[in-house]
Amino acid sequence: MKRVYVNENRCLGCHLCEYYCAFAATGQSDMSRALKGKKIRPRIHIEEVPNSDITFAVSCRHCVEPLCVKGCISGALTKTDGVISVDRDKCVSCYTCVLSCPYGCLVQSESGVVDKCQLCLQTAEGTPRCVDGCINAAIIYEER
Amino acid sequence: MSLNYIYPDNEVVRNYDKCICCRACERQCANEVHEYLEEADKMIADDAKCVNCHRCVSICPVRALKIVPTDHEFRKNTSWKKKDIYEVYKQAESGGVLLSSMGNPSEFPVYWDKILLNASQVTNPSIDPLREPMETKVFLGAKEESVKRGEDGRLITKTSPQLKLELPVMFSAMSYGSISYNAHESLARASQEAGTFYNTGEGGLHEDFYKYGGNTIVQVASGRFGVHREYLETAAAIEIKMGQGAKPGIGGHLPGKKVGPNVSRTRMIPEGTDAISPAPHHDIYSIEDLRQLVFSLKEATAYKKPVIVKIAAVHNVAAIVSGIARSGADIVAIDGFRGGTGAAPTRIRDNVGIPIEVALAQVDSRLRDEGIRDKISVVAAGSIRSSADVIKAVALGADAVYIGTSALLALGCHLCRTCNQGKCNWGIATQRMDLVKRLNPDIGYKRLVNLMTAWKHEIEEMMGGMGINSIEALRGNRLMLRGVGLTDVELRMLGIKHAGESA
Repeated sequence: MKRVYVNENRCLGCHLCEYYCAFAATGQSDMSRALKGKKIRPRIHIEEVPNSDITFAVSCRHCVEPLCVKGCISGALTKTDGVISVDRDKCVSCYTCVLSCPYGCLVQSESGVVDKCQLCLQTAEGTPRCVDGCINAAIIYEER
Repeated sequence: MSLNYIYPDNEVVRNYDKCICCRACERQCANEVHEYLEEADKMIADDAKCVNCHRCVSICPVRALKIVPTDHEFRKNTSWKKKDIYEVYKQAESGGVLLSSMGNPSEFPVYWDKILLNASQVTNPSIDPLREPMETKVFLGAKEESVKRGEDGRLITKTSPQLKLELPVMFSAMSYGSISYNAHESLARASQEAGTFYNTGEGGLHEDFYKYGGNTIVQVASGRFGVHREYLETAAAIEIKMGQGAKPGIGGHLPGKKVGPNVSRTRMIPEGTDAISPAPHHDIYSIEDLRQLVFSLKEATAYKKPVIVKIAAVHNVAAIVSGIARSGADIVAIDGFRGGTGAAPTRIRDNVGIPIEVALAQVDSRLRDEGIRDKISVVAAGSIRSSADVIKAVALGADAVYIGTSALLALGCHLCRTCNQGKCNWGIATQRMDLVKRLNPDIGYKRLVNLMTAWKHEIEEMMGGMGINSIEALRGNRLMLRGVGLTDVELRMLGIKHAGESA
């Protein structure tokens, strides 16, 4: 299965992936209109190693054995064809998944329910937007 | 003193309707131009720090930025232009020599733009390169006057070592130190894939790149940085750098702050020390001395590698190249006055040397007149911008060309001409690791290969139009060129006819 991978040697810490991620979620066509004046809640985030030049983007690993799915009390998180997705109608905002994810990849959406990377399968054409938008090809989408 | 005479050259223009305050511009500007004002939720910019490198412009996801030249002007004066006035201010302030980067930007004639190519019509057929074979391969090195064969038909004549190029374009000398590790990696990998050569410049060869040795020309310059046995043996050819088009007659100076652990190791000098290349080679004061170094290098590499001598195009270039041809060198590289540099004194860069077009034509004519053209291959460098320039250079007499600036542009350079500051936002002319990272060699080498592929197609197209199917048949074929808007003297120096004159 194709997954999003990040090469920390290439990541520049520009945070643009976060903005492309947030933009993808809006489903709009103009980025300025979609994001201007808004606080973004991206499902990919840049980790910065203190006192070093190392930065890397982290998004859902779509684990083979996902702890978030195991812990989900309402059945909102499911795994289909390897992709872990969230059913926003079922989520009860208990945040068990947030606590159990070892990568910190589940986030709270504006409405309070949990949101996560679903590889842009519903929105983008073929490639997740964070991958498309990365200016240094640090984020790649491939089978490994 | 707080009084500042200099008004910034560029203004950063931000479209606030578009800006989403993602702060990517702020994070990616090594000059710290952009700043986020938390309380106003607004980005601001300090024009004075901007070098116009377009990094922020290129990465802005909403295209909210542009950099425009300021319209702030002095009172009109033909003699005293803004540049002249500011240079006086700067020197009055600093007391120092002015430094500049990349090629001479002044308004001297660009002869490439005043030369037009021929094409076949009716009486001689043009060739379609997509349907018929087209040869862009060239071999650089001394050619034998005649060859002898034994009774079995095999060659007896011992031929000189040659460099085989898939197209007559090589990447010119840019040292590790002046450009980054990732830039070197991109050039090395691209050379291998495109079937051409890159040149280490005078900064030695990083040991990671020994594996690309078959596509590497190593340089031996006046500073002798990084020259050792393995360095010479790894390479495909060795270049003796006598001069550089951007700064003829003077040496080089890599500031100590760019000499980090890797550069220090590669150059074989202590970390943090200035790398100073003397203006002359202290052991070369004549063609005979040059001959000694040429043969020392040949001896050291068992006569298996061609030796190149690189000089700047200066007034007496034809006579100098005639001497170089007799020194035993296999190839001469001539660097025109518009050639690039990581740093040069402004006055030298903008006022010394001659145009490569004229130098090349004169050299080719002189070598032919003296009957020694085959003894040496000629490589033209300094301001080759396109495949059309390559074709024109070949028709003026070059065997191949070196490209430096064009290659850097392919890697993302935006010609802001502040390489000497070491803060290249594109990861090219810098040794700062956080900036070097910005040039991804996987992308960089591909872009260079693309450029070579595109130029090769265009070269074939132009050759086909002229009815020529081998680049060898174009070399020195000046009947394929016509000048426009040139004086009699210029036409004579270039050895071409004016447009309208028949063959």
